[in-house]
Amino acid sequence: MDDIVIRTENLEYVYQKGMPFESAALTGVNISIKRGSFTAIIGHTGSGKSTLVQHFNALIKPPPGRIFIDGEDISSAEPKKLRMKVGMVFQYPEHQLFEETVYKDIAYGPVNMGLAEDEINGRVIEAARLTGLGEDVLDRSPFELSGGQKRRAAIAGVIAMRPSVLILDEPAAGLDPAGGREIMTGIRRIHSETPGMTVVFVSHSMEDVAGIADNVIVMNKGTAAMTGSVDEIFSHSEELAGMGLAVPEVTRVTDILRARGVDIPAGIYTVEAAADAVCRILGDRLPGRWQDRGGKYAE
Amino acid sequence: MLSDVTLGQYVPGESFIHRLDARVKIILVFVYTCALFAVKTPAGCCLYAVFTFICVFVSGVPFRFILRGLRPMLFILVFTAALNIFMNEGNVIATVFEYKGFALEITDKGIYTAAIMAARLLLLLAGTSLLTLTTTPIMLTDAVEYLLKPLKRIGVPAHEAAMMMTVALRFIPTLAEEADRIIKAQKARGADFESGNIIKRARAMLPVMIPLFIGSFRRADELATAMDARCYNGGENRTRMRVMRATKRDAAAAAAVAALVIGAAAAEILGRCAVL
Repeated sequence: MDDIVIRTENLEYVYQKGMPFESAALTGVNISIKRGSFTAIIGHTGSGKSTLVQHFNALIKPPPGRIFIDGEDISSAEPKKLRMKVGMVFQYPEHQLFEETVYKDIAYGPVNMGLAEDEINGRVIEAARLTGLGEDVLDRSPFELSGGQKRRAAIAGVIAMRPSVLILDEPAAGLDPAGGREIMTGIRRIHSETPGMTVVFVSHSMEDVAGIADNVIVMNKGTAAMTGSVDEIFSHSEELAGMGLAVPEVTRVTDILRARGVDIPAGIYTVEAAADAVCRILGDRLPGRWQDRGGKYAE
Repeated sequence: MLSDVTLGQYVPGESFIHRLDARVKIILVFVYTCALFAVKTPAGCCLYAVFTFICVFVSGVPFRFILRGLRPMLFILVFTAALNIFMNEGNVIATVFEYKGFALEITDKGIYTAAIMAARLLLLLAGTSLLTLTTTPIMLTDAVEYLLKPLKRIGVPAHEAAMMMTVALRFIPTLAEEADRIIKAQKARGADFESGNIIKRARAMLPVMIPLFIGSFRRADELATAMDARCYNGGENRTRMRVMRATKRDAAAAAAVAALVIGAAAAEILGRCAVL
């Protein structure tokens, strides 16, 4: 029981209740997220994933259903304290930058927490380091930065509050694939360098999830349709497809190969791993230069 | 919440009123409003109220939508009614207070005028909100553009004005959503918009206003580029995707409003004769 950091009970939410445009976003969500885990929430557009995570720090407060953070019902918690514990990075967080300098923007959260000057300074420097922002960036205007840097600065602004749970809504959205991967590996690094920190991130890209998450929660039509490890979730590729989600393309290829009797292991989610496995199977049947390549991937 | 803004809140439907030509609807609401100013008797008000009630009923728009539109005007309504109660001469019913020859008195004529004024204001609001509730903003601006066309001769940029209106209306929900998200994001970083004095609260809004402004400039810029990329160059010789066509239905609606106006005029004359 103790190692559960977030637990929800029958969470429901309806947008524009009582209006002709009324639409149910959540219809009874029961999930639990382990302390220290790196959990992905995936789902098709409109599956309720963003609405779900906004409940975690009381930005949305619906009457039915309950949420427990650290075993405490958040309806009785003070919102400000809760928000220090649960840090939330919204979609396109760079759209919330407003200060004159990156430093001041990152310091906004800690200042609101009422911390002392040198404590704030220490946190800003640390957050910048964790997000991979150089110290020279701190004195510049956030509006001069590149897209990827802006996003790091915005994420740093939340990390500077030292939340024990970090929630990110589509942290890689709108970035090019390389930039997106950089952000994702950066977040993974922050997770491993901050002991006890729980990371929950929302994504609709199976590729993002495969390389990085420990646990996956699949949202579909307002409910948590599946939960489990990446391997468990991805072994249900047909069900996933029914929810508008596809396993990574390379996994589809290896699945088809295995179905045709090729002795290729399950749980391959990256092109590198697939190339590695294929080279290993073919072994000495490969021409020389391909054997070299196989060697490279095996490293 | 910010996403609940009613401005331009269209209620989809397929009713008789929904399907009227937007141009006809605007003109009819205009006539309705003008004629309403002439109504000064309870009989006229009743006639108007029945007509408006039937229109709302036919449109299928829930009554609470109309009522919600009235809410922001409640202050003005109460204020004008209160003024009228006290500021009319007539038989004094009660005296609220008296000081050195100055008296605040409620008169029978005051109550009568206040009631008529309040009823007229309510009907005015109900009628006009029915227009916006049953017409999409796009249809409205198209119609406004059409109706402003004759003014082009004297240099009124009708098309540009209509385009600006369309764009502004289109972005109200988008900006409301964005503001909502920014407020949430800053709250998540410990922002406090609720406590402190006015200056403190105004300062607390800065982290919302600045990103919102930057966001609108960004959007405006993107939109301008997108329009430019599709060779948009103003209103000369543009054809329309939605062709406006007045039908028998519109003629029927016009006849109904004409009947209302004539009926109300008759009621007025008869009512006044009775008073005299």
